[in-house]
Amino acid sequence: MSRLVLRCCLLLGYGLLFAPIAVIVLFSFNDPAGRFNLVWRQPTAANWLDPLSDPGLTGAFITSLLLALAASAVATVLGSLMAYALVRYRCRGERVVNLLLVLLLTTPEVVMGVSLLNLFVQLGVQRGLGTLLVSHSLFCLSFVALTVKARLGGIDWNLEDAAMDLGARPGRVFRLITLPRILPGVLAAALLSFSLSLDDVIVSSFTAGEAVTFPLYIAGAFQREISPQIHVLATMVLVASVAMLAAGSLRQLGVSSRFRAPASFARGSGSSG
Amino acid sequence: MPALPRSPGARRWAPYALLAPGLLWMALFFLLPLAALVRMSLSEQTQRFSLDAMFTGRVANYTEVLVQYGPVLWRSLAFAGVATLLCGLIGYPMAYAISRQGGRWQPLLLGLVVVPFFTSYLVRTIAWTTLLADQGPVLALLSWLGLVSPLERLGLVVEGRILNTAAAVIGGLTYNGLPFMVLPLVVSLEKIDPRLLEAAADLHARGGRTFRRVIWPLSLPGLLAGVLLTFIPAAGDLVNAQYLGGPGNRMIGNSLQNLLLVQNRYPAAAALGVVLMVMLSLLLVLSLGKLDRDSLTGP
Repeated sequence: MSRLVLRCCLLLGYGLLFAPIAVIVLFSFNDPAGRFNLVWRQPTAANWLDPLSDPGLTGAFITSLLLALAASAVATVLGSLMAYALVRYRCRGERVVNLLLVLLLTTPEVVMGVSLLNLFVQLGVQRGLGTLLVSHSLFCLSFVALTVKARLGGIDWNLEDAAMDLGARPGRVFRLITLPRILPGVLAAALLSFSLSLDDVIVSSFTAGEAVTFPLYIAGAFQREISPQIHVLATMVLVASVAMLAAGSLRQLGVSSRFRAPASFARGSGSSG
Repeated sequence: MPALPRSPGARRWAPYALLAPGLLWMALFFLLPLAALVRMSLSEQTQRFSLDAMFTGRVANYTEVLVQYGPVLWRSLAFAGVATLLCGLIGYPMAYAISRQGGRWQPLLLGLVVVPFFTSYLVRTIAWTTLLADQGPVLALLSWLGLVSPLERLGLVVEGRILNTAAAVIGGLTYNGLPFMVLPLVVSLEKIDPRLLEAAADLHARGGRTFRRVIWPLSLPGLLAGVLLTFIPAAGDLVNAQYLGGPGNRMIGNSLQNLLLVQNRYPAAAALGVVLMVMLSLLLVLSLGKLDRDSLTGP
């Protein structure tokens, strides 16, 4: 393929991906004529100076942040344990577990929402934050398990065995050897599930009951009002996650270079000896 | 990874103990709800609009919903299919450029594919309504280029509007699917051994021939993963149709939402949900052997 065609495709693709992002950032500085921040009028910084002026939106945003924190915590713990078991041990039913995880990953959100709503209604479970937590942690679980598994696949585990052979207790082995190696993958998965939960509309629309998350508030308000504060909060989320991603990739570089140090030392001593 | 059982005996139960909490979670909130859904799809409501339903093995639920919602179901699959095709057409060259010519920019280029997805899905979709609005920039650009009436003849613009058309819904689905097409493709293109390309060059294969005979076949497992990750969520989507489409191009997700949350018709919704789940998992199962599973979660 010629270079020019590829460049054009890259330009088109990134243009498509970033067009709505540009709109969101731009419209966070808009001074809309009416209650709908959908048409550009004139620039203002007022929205950024008062991002919490819409109490309903602010409440929903805080609910979403707490929910995402809880759901990603549950999913990260359960999913990382599964990934570690699948990578480090051979056990019966491994293929079934893998298949189940892929099936959960590819189940359309609407089917997940419909089946959970049906179950909650049949069991007479009151829908609210609890059912939201359950459903969000569920769809995050497969993402965590599969991403962490992929990250752990490339790790050399001999050091763990060596430490145990040298008589280190399991707790010490975990703290000094296992944890530092799995941490980057686990943190990346936690960040991913946090943003998946914060973003979710489809599953939540079935399992929320009376609870209102950030996307559900916007969906409910869409006929009445689209305040510029929505764009401000969305931009804040974007900036925060980009900052975390950047910090994470920098940190990871630091971590991996720290791991490379003893290896190069060993190589150096090997060549001199 | 060669994971050898080190100390037999006490540690033999370790993997099961580690798997148990997650498996329990999946059994309770993934498998049990699916089983309950199948049961509900064969039940009858004791009264109209009532939440009480009795299992009667009523298969007619399925034929009824297929008659009523068949057209919407086909429309959803068609929209998702076109969106997946478009994602492939835009995403393959993107992935190819990122993996082959990214150089030191590669991590940045990959990061930029993911970044848009860290803002709210719904806010992004609402931003598209601004872009595609009647007085919006996309239509202004098209009319400046003189493309409005040709596009109208193609049916992509209806009565001078883009918003509330099928094209807008498919465009939204394409936008949302693009990263899920690009990331698995990059993973599988990265895996291709550069020695194979050198060998092809040594044997005097030109660029086009190397692509057709070496790169394309080796990238197919990643392409398949990308197709699944684009098609399945697109077929079950309801946000794009709701915000970018009109009443004439609603999708199956909208019907399910309406059946459950407005009409309270649980058995019908369950039957429709089971049909959708079976169709899409069949797709998954059929492609499982040929699929690059590692690429499902991206690089």
